[in-house]
Amino acid sequence: MIVFDCTLVRKGFTLDVAFESPGGVLALFGPSGSGKSTILRLIAGLDRPDRGHIVIGGQMLVDTAAGCLLPAHKRRTGLVFQDGNLFPHLTVRQNLNYGRRFMQSEKPLIGFDAVLSLLDIERLVDRNPVTLSGGERQRVAIGRALLASPGILLLDEPLASLDTARKLEILPFIERLRDEVSLPIVYVSHSIEEVARLATTVVHIEDGKVVASGSPASVLAPRFDEGANRFQAVTMLTGTVARHLPEFSVTVLDHPAGEIVVPSSIDRPRGSRMRLAVHATNVALALRRPTGMSVRTQLSGRVVKVDTGAGPMALITVELAGGDQISAFATRLALSELAITPGVPVFALVKAVSIDELSVTGQLPKK
Amino acid sequence: MMWGITAAELTAISLSLKVALTATVVSLPFGILVALALSRGRFPGKTLLDGLVHLPLVLPPVVTGYALLLLFGRRGPIGAFLYDTFGIVLAFRWTGAVLAASIMAFPLLVRAIRLSMDAIDPRTEEAASTLGATRLWVFLTVTLPLSLPGIISGATLAFAKALGEFGATITFVSNIPGQTQTIPSAIYSYIQTPGGDEGALRLSLLAVIISLAALAASEFLARRNTFRREASQA
Repeated sequence: MIVFDCTLVRKGFTLDVAFESPGGVLALFGPSGSGKSTILRLIAGLDRPDRGHIVIGGQMLVDTAAGCLLPAHKRRTGLVFQDGNLFPHLTVRQNLNYGRRFMQSEKPLIGFDAVLSLLDIERLVDRNPVTLSGGERQRVAIGRALLASPGILLLDEPLASLDTARKLEILPFIERLRDEVSLPIVYVSHSIEEVARLATTVVHIEDGKVVASGSPASVLAPRFDEGANRFQAVTMLTGTVARHLPEFSVTVLDHPAGEIVVPSSIDRPRGSRMRLAVHATNVALALRRPTGMSVRTQLSGRVVKVDTGAGPMALITVELAGGDQISAFATRLALSELAITPGVPVFALVKAVSIDELSVTGQLPKK
Repeated sequence: MMWGITAAELTAISLSLKVALTATVVSLPFGILVALALSRGRFPGKTLLDGLVHLPLVLPPVVTGYALLLLFGRRGPIGAFLYDTFGIVLAFRWTGAVLAASIMAFPLLVRAIRLSMDAIDPRTEEAASTLGATRLWVFLTVTLPLSLPGIISGATLAFAKALGEFGATITFVSNIPGQTQTIPSAIYSYIQTPGGDEGALRLSLLAVIISLAALAASEFLARRNTFRREASQA
């Protein structure tokens, strides 16, 4: 349980943010410079708010009204920065052990060997941090934070400096932390795919303020705005693994509105619930089920909303059978020629190849 | 004697080494603390402290020496206090030469250490504090080891500077053979004496050798700094 309500005034920037999170992964989502990292620094005790309070798991970290301010080293917040910031003069093993000596006699959150196997870093322990790859460094940094037995894990864009392959290498580990260690996590990111994949709760921050907060599907749902970046608009679908087609290296998901073809072999058993992020620019609409075309994913639904402005674009929201909503960008021209208006039954077509691996292999968080 | 080094010259050499070594060792902890304050601290008067530390670098050395004489002389405010309370006399003693050399070398010492501290990513220290380390522990286990290259090069520079210090030293503690006559003041005396060229040359060569040796020693220490070596291999 996280309660955060703080104001911080800096030259040319004011942060004024309040939110609550029941646990799981809280994603702070928004553009760079919006104040996401500052929120983490306030929680970790590296910055001090001008006003407000922060409570984590029932412990008061800051309360300016009561004059309470717990110093950073007493907060037990495992903070992992974008570059890991390992101690370059210590070996990986010494890095991992750094926080253990400060633990009081309490039972450790997780044992040394358990961390090594959880993060798959056994063979790195005697290496020097400067010889590690970016992904390895990040995993060691997470391990170092875990071994200090934190009450909460704070991840500040932990994947931002990694390429897609390295991201895919780390994401499953963060999912394991969420699902196996059940440690509350605050995850800062400007990547909608990462947030879609990991978050239990999303707080969308812009310019030091909360724009929206709630479930990933509701917060990340595309909104029509002429100035907004339409390539950032994403909707979330939930399906279950129906079958694997190893000869084509694809996985087919079942969804009430139709089958979804995912261009990767998902290493999960049949029946696993998966979450999928689909970019609104990659969705096409058809009035009848098309035949003789390459797009395999054809989901039936009904148009519930059409947003247009003076520009060329329109954002169409389709309610699919089963209740999920999917958004599609189309030109106003197409809309007018097909006479698409609210209430019209349509098929939403999603090109499988447009679904990237980052947004598909996310297992659904446990409820 | 090798190269015809006289007993008086030998005294000057050993005194110089003693003064330079003592000045380096004594000023090192202060240098580290001031560098830390200048690199990490946010306090009123920081610019003033910075200026004060660097003052001996830009002042004529004789002015620094004269200021020391005024402050630390037997009748100076600090000198009188030190004498009355502890019986310590600095002016015209080798300890005074240590003080003069320390003051003159201090900016070089602080500068090198501070640059090294500035180069440390503050988030590395912050990471340590979120792992549970107190500020003192962060300093001892992260800041200090990571600024070791700067500490080594700063100490070397300070040692070399202390060895060669002349203007402030001769003004503050004069040029008394056997007591305050260091290599530079001995060279100065030779030059002032007819027929002293040979001695001046001999001592000058020795000064070059000692300085080069100090440089080599610092290079060796820096190389032993394992994480730097491995960083350059990576």
